[in-house]
Amino acid sequence: MEPSEIEKLADLARLEITADTVNETAKSINEVLALVDQLKSADTDNVQPMSHPLDVTQVLRPDQVTESCQREKLLESAPATERGLFLVPKVIE
Amino acid sequence: MEWETVIGLEVHVQLATQSKIFSGSSTRFGAEANTQASVIDLAMPGTLPSPNAEAFRYAVMFGLAINATIAKRSVFERKNYFYPDLPKGYQTTQLEAPIVGSGAVDIALDNGETKRIRIHHAHLEEDAGKSLHEDFHGMSGIDLNRAGTPLIEVVTEPDMRNAPEAVACAKKLHAIVTSLGICDGNMSQGSMRFDVNISVRLKGEEKLGTRTETKNLNSFRFMERCIEQEVQRQIEVLEDGGTIQQETRLYDGDTHTARSMRSKEEANDYRYFPCPDLLPVVIDDEYIAQIRQALPELPDQRQQRFIADYKLSNYDADILSANADIAHFFEATAKACGDAKLSANWLMGEVSARLNAEEKSIAEAPLSPEQLAGLIRRISDATVSNKIAKKVFDAMWQGEGDADSIIEAKGLKQVSDTGAIEQLVEDVIANNAKQVENYRNADEAKRPKMLGFFVGQIMKASKGQANPQQVNKILLQKLK
Repeated sequence: MEPSEIEKLADLARLEITADTVNETAKSINEVLALVDQLKSADTDNVQPMSHPLDVTQVLRPDQVTESCQREKLLESAPATERGLFLVPKVIE
Repeated sequence: MEWETVIGLEVHVQLATQSKIFSGSSTRFGAEANTQASVIDLAMPGTLPSPNAEAFRYAVMFGLAINATIAKRSVFERKNYFYPDLPKGYQTTQLEAPIVGSGAVDIALDNGETKRIRIHHAHLEEDAGKSLHEDFHGMSGIDLNRAGTPLIEVVTEPDMRNAPEAVACAKKLHAIVTSLGICDGNMSQGSMRFDVNISVRLKGEEKLGTRTETKNLNSFRFMERCIEQEVQRQIEVLEDGGTIQQETRLYDGDTHTARSMRSKEEANDYRYFPCPDLLPVVIDDEYIAQIRQALPELPDQRQQRFIADYKLSNYDADILSANADIAHFFEATAKACGDAKLSANWLMGEVSARLNAEEKSIAEAPLSPEQLAGLIRRISDATVSNKIAKKVFDAMWQGEGDADSIIEAKGLKQVSDTGAIEQLVEDVIANNAKQVENYRNADEAKRPKMLGFFVGQIMKASKGQANPQQVNKILLQKLK
């Protein structure tokens, strides 16, 4: 990966990577990608992609309301709230 | 140059479960902000999602209703993006292995033909919360009550060629999910939301044009307007030698305009991967067969039954079968009064006009099928004329009681007493000697038109209560 791709990836993941560490990060990631390249050489044409390492399936829950309102407690951990809402820096679409 | 429009829909359907798709929080609409958002919905560390069985059952019901293949093994994936109303930083959704595979719905075209619209797939996912952009000292308010509400997103193939087809497809999907009872269909509350993909190409061209996506339409009327505007805009750009930018547009129902929300240049890169918190969901043939057996009547089946059982026209049957609540109201009325045609006319006429004007659904109508049937019985047995029946209907709508008691209380009974009508006719003839003379001297061909004057006078004198058929008959005799 090129440093410019690293910057884009960091932006998507909301990670701050400063200019002086971009090259180093690119180098580390490329080492991991080299391993992925080795895996890619395996023939997987007739293999169903694995979505979970355990060979078990999901148990479903009956449709019942089991949670009660915890609003006051949950709002406590937010830096800014008003009228029962969480406040965040203004999002403009 | 002749242009062809190509339209595909993505439809978000909120499932009418009691609890959320991955938590036991309530999904009730209209609760105070953040009172239905639990630690799981807020993605607190250490919490795990627990999928709702009913959401799967509903999704499978939808799949069977559109004759789709049902995936016996479906997988949840994470769609990663950051937005404040998405507390986890990703939406749990399905991509590679959605629960509902390809299927189709049939829509009726204006020319009476049927067109098949292919459904690419439908997948289960969670809804996001809501951002409130009104002023909170330069900040946005976040309400996470909706976060985690179960949705199915239905994705059609680009099979529609104009706005009416797209609206017909949207209405058919609405009819299906409300008939199945898996969604309340309340569009103003966002229970069903439509994204419309639109492109144009020269007629005969195989390659699709560059498309734009207009998001979050929540009314059929807006959808039609929005498509027409966007098609016009694209054609103008292309005819001026420009090119269409692939972009997402947001429709504003207040101004009836769409504006660009984000262009795909900063293309979304969602980095999907299977959600490690959730295992594959596996269902078997027996489970599917049980759901198939318990499927309620679907709109197409109901339409056919209405035509066969009630002798309704194709058109009437289509309208009355599209919405489950309207269909039930119609059947209850028709059964109670025994006149399906009049029941259909009153429902599609006065009742729906009133509901539209007051922006109410049929469930909110202030009169019951039994009450409407009571009025229709009095029309059938000629107790009231159609005109008086509308007065009675008004009173019923205002909650003044049943048809019989209103007719009695207001003295609205139609006068069918021959003697009384003869008297009225004679009075009008005596008071309008000039018009009578003109009538008698007129050509045979002109007479029917002139007769209207006398009928009007007689009906006026009877305060609208004379039986119009009898008035006509007696008047003709007396004018000879």
